Amino acid sequence: MQIFILLFILAAMTAISFYLGRQRALAVAGGNVLTLNSLPGYYGYYMALWCAIPALFIVALWLFFESAIVASVVIASLPDAFITLPEQQLNLVLNEIVNLAKDNISAGQVSPEITAAAQLYNLIQTISSGLLFVLVVTLGAGGAVFAWSRIHVQQRARNKVERTVLIFLMICSTIAIFTTLGIVLSVLFEAMRFFQMVPLTDFLLGLEWSPQTAIRSDQVGSSGAFGAVPLFAGTLLVSVIAMTVAVPLGLMTAIYLSEYASPAIRARSKPLLEILAGIPTVVYGFFAALTVAPLVRGWGESLGLSVSSESALAAGVVMGIMIIPFVSSLSDDAINAVPQSLRDGAYALGATQSETIRKVIVPAALPGIAGGILLAVSRAIGETMIVVMAAGLAANLTANPLESVTTVTVQIVTLLVGDQEFDSPKTLAAFALGLMLFAVTLTLNVIALYIVRKYREQYE
Amino acid sequence: MNKRSNKCSAAERINAGLTRRRAVERLFRYTGLLALLLGLTFLCVLFFSIISKGYTAFQQTYIQLEIHFDEQKLDPSGERVYEVLSTADYGGLVKQSLRAAFPMVASRQEQRLLYDLISFGAAYQLRDRILADPALVGQTSRVWVTASDDVDMLVKGYIKRDVPEAERRLRDVQLAWLDTLETEARLSLKFNTAFFTSGDSREPELAGIWGALMGSILTLSVTLALSFPIGVATAVYLEEFAPRNRWSDLIEVNINNLAAVPSIVFGLLGLAVFINFMSFPRSASLVGGLVLTLMTLPTIIIASRAALRAVPPSIREAALGVGASKMQTVFFHVLPLALPGMLTGTIIGMAQALGETAPLLMIGMVAFIVDIPANIFEPATVLPVQIFLWVDSPERAFIERTSAAIMVLLGFLIAMNALAVILRKKLERRW
Repeated sequence: MQIFILLFILAAMTAISFYLGRQRALAVAGGNVLTLNSLPGYYGYYMALWCAIPALFIVALWLFFESAIVASVVIASLPDAFITLPEQQLNLVLNEIVNLAKDNISAGQVSPEITAAAQLYNLIQTISSGLLFVLVVTLGAGGAVFAWSRIHVQQRARNKVERTVLIFLMICSTIAIFTTLGIVLSVLFEAMRFFQMVPLTDFLLGLEWSPQTAIRSDQVGSSGAFGAVPLFAGTLLVSVIAMTVAVPLGLMTAIYLSEYASPAIRARSKPLLEILAGIPTVVYGFFAALTVAPLVRGWGESLGLSVSSESALAAGVVMGIMIIPFVSSLSDDAINAVPQSLRDGAYALGATQSETIRKVIVPAALPGIAGGILLAVSRAIGETMIVVMAAGLAANLTANPLESVTTVTVQIVTLLVGDQEFDSPKTLAAFALGLMLFAVTLTLNVIALYIVRKYREQYE
Repeated sequence: MNKRSNKCSAAERINAGLTRRRAVERLFRYTGLLALLLGLTFLCVLFFSIISKGYTAFQQTYIQLEIHFDEQKLDPSGERVYEVLSTADYGGLVKQSLRAAFPMVASRQEQRLLYDLISFGAAYQLRDRILADPALVGQTSRVWVTASDDVDMLVKGYIKRDVPEAERRLRDVQLAWLDTLETEARLSLKFNTAFFTSGDSREPELAGIWGALMGSILTLSVTLALSFPIGVATAVYLEEFAPRNRWSDLIEVNINNLAAVPSIVFGLLGLAVFINFMSFPRSASLVGGLVLTLMTLPTIIIASRAALRAVPPSIREAALGVGASKMQTVFFHVLPLALPGMLTGTIIGMAQALGETAPLLMIGMVAFIVDIPANIFEPATVLPVQIFLWVDSPERAFIERTSAAIMVLLGFLIAMNALAVILRKKLERRW
């Protein structure tokens, strides 16, 4: 909360700086604004930037390092008996101190050392926030005064302000790269730790998946098996079911809408179909688990088949429904990109409309359609909520769509929901699965985008 | 002669094939129509199944009790201080009133069945009443209190009366008592305000979506505050300033790929970077907002770039021609014209973020949280995650509540998308 007050004060100072800078520029110009190098407002911005940026920089640094420094000071103040504790226990002690200092609550008896440390913690916190306050206000004011003293008629305020803005824009644009880098590094780093505990070949080729590791070393059984083949098979099975629903329906819808439907029908039904794509996946999961799964089970049992209550079929079909608009809008784009001359040529030879579509348009649009389908596959593989809610957790290695299977994304969720320790293979396995998921979807995306772009250029 | 007959036969051959070809044509056309209709049918079935399951949740069964706010029990000292009044035994009042209403119930076991008709939240309702108006102490008044979820399910017809007693959640005696209450007009369905004003609860009749909704609002505020400026800045840089070189190509490839990365991977990133490395508070809407920001940025950037590209070059040339700098041209002339398109893209991105569940599970926003989050540092959950949590609950009454929560979520999404469409129609200019 204090930080918000501080930022508010800084914002007020910045606003005042802007006003003062502008006034200063007008005063320097002595009534003749035309003698100024830039518009008076730019001198205001110049001063405001000098006021805000250094102070914000300090705030950011402070927020980043404050807790670590305070923690180390508090730990150093503890008696030697505590300092020699192993790191994990020391962290627990530190947690206790922080809780005691913040909310005055603690579990059980509190030793006097801890109470003293909590008081110290509060003291340091107070000093630190006071120091930050003074520092920020002085820096803001100092920056403003510095900028104020530099305002003169020939100063190129606009160029300086514009360069700062350009640098800001450049920094923003690099965030996409940092996100990708962050994903790759975080997933890769944890996955490497996992592969130190479980060999890569066991992970990629093992046929058994039971990530429960023994809690005590002398416990019987359950040492954990991390063979991911059942997960890959389950993912594949669900995706194949989804694609068998989505591809024919999506493609035929796209063909009908772009070649046959009247503009009125097209204009009405397209947004309606797009709603399917906009429905949150958790809603599909609910639909799959509570409506489709019992239906599939009922039908299966009336035919004398044994269907488990969580079946790959239910999850796959619902996922297919979700992907229909995705396939159809991408195929639609591809079909619309086929030049009219190809259609006219086919009609001139006496082909019917469906013959034109099947023999000319679809082949011509095939790369685009294939790219769209690849994107849809990548989406089916990465889809999480539907399979979490409807496909089940049992790692069955089966090709029977009526049995329950589990997928890569389901396992990532089940391994990471709840409390985690970052040194057990169970948690780290999720990152290894995440790495596989990221690698596969990235490859599919890159190929698909390449195909789509290549194809688009062909007819442009 | 021979030649002529050949020609004839060619035409005949074409004619002979025509019927079949036209049949194929019709078949193909109807298959297309069927595919479209099937897609739309799925949409209808989805909406129908959710609405038909969920509309009952907007009503809740209440039972009217004649409560005597006994001064001896609530506040013997007569000082009416907050501490005493807020900790008094209101559950006892409910039980006493039930015993008074059904004096023939004697055995302990039957009494327990009787108490089961009323939600244990009733005690809190009485407490809130007394705290709001301490003058009620010592008086007797008729109060509508929440019935338990089993009673609610019976009244709404989900628990059938004709199944054998052993398979029913309510006993025959309980049904008889409820019939008595009903004939006395003391059992009634009323609008379920608690659903919109309370947080999560283990008891379905007390569970509401306000906590999750608040969490969604906080999370989306963080997302909007970060992703809109950053997204627009990135789009402006790439479209207006960036030199065409490897670096800008790299950024572009990255943005396109990030748009197709599965959302759960962003959750892994959030867990590893924000929680594990930077040690931000778990389950806080701040972290949720950050993760969703990274996820929605590509959407916003792509839409904003399209909007900037749609502004004709003549605008830029005119501004540059009268002596504006490049930066002035962009900020005072191009950006205002592109803003409606950017806003539309942002709203669509926000709608995506509102419906997102998977990455938030990773960063611990699945905790059972009763309190309404007040700021972005407190543990919170969001609407889709609340839905996910309720689906897993065994009580029958949670199904209708889940569906109702989905209806609220879909309502927000439809409103946001409608806003985007209206904005586009009203503000977008065609050049």
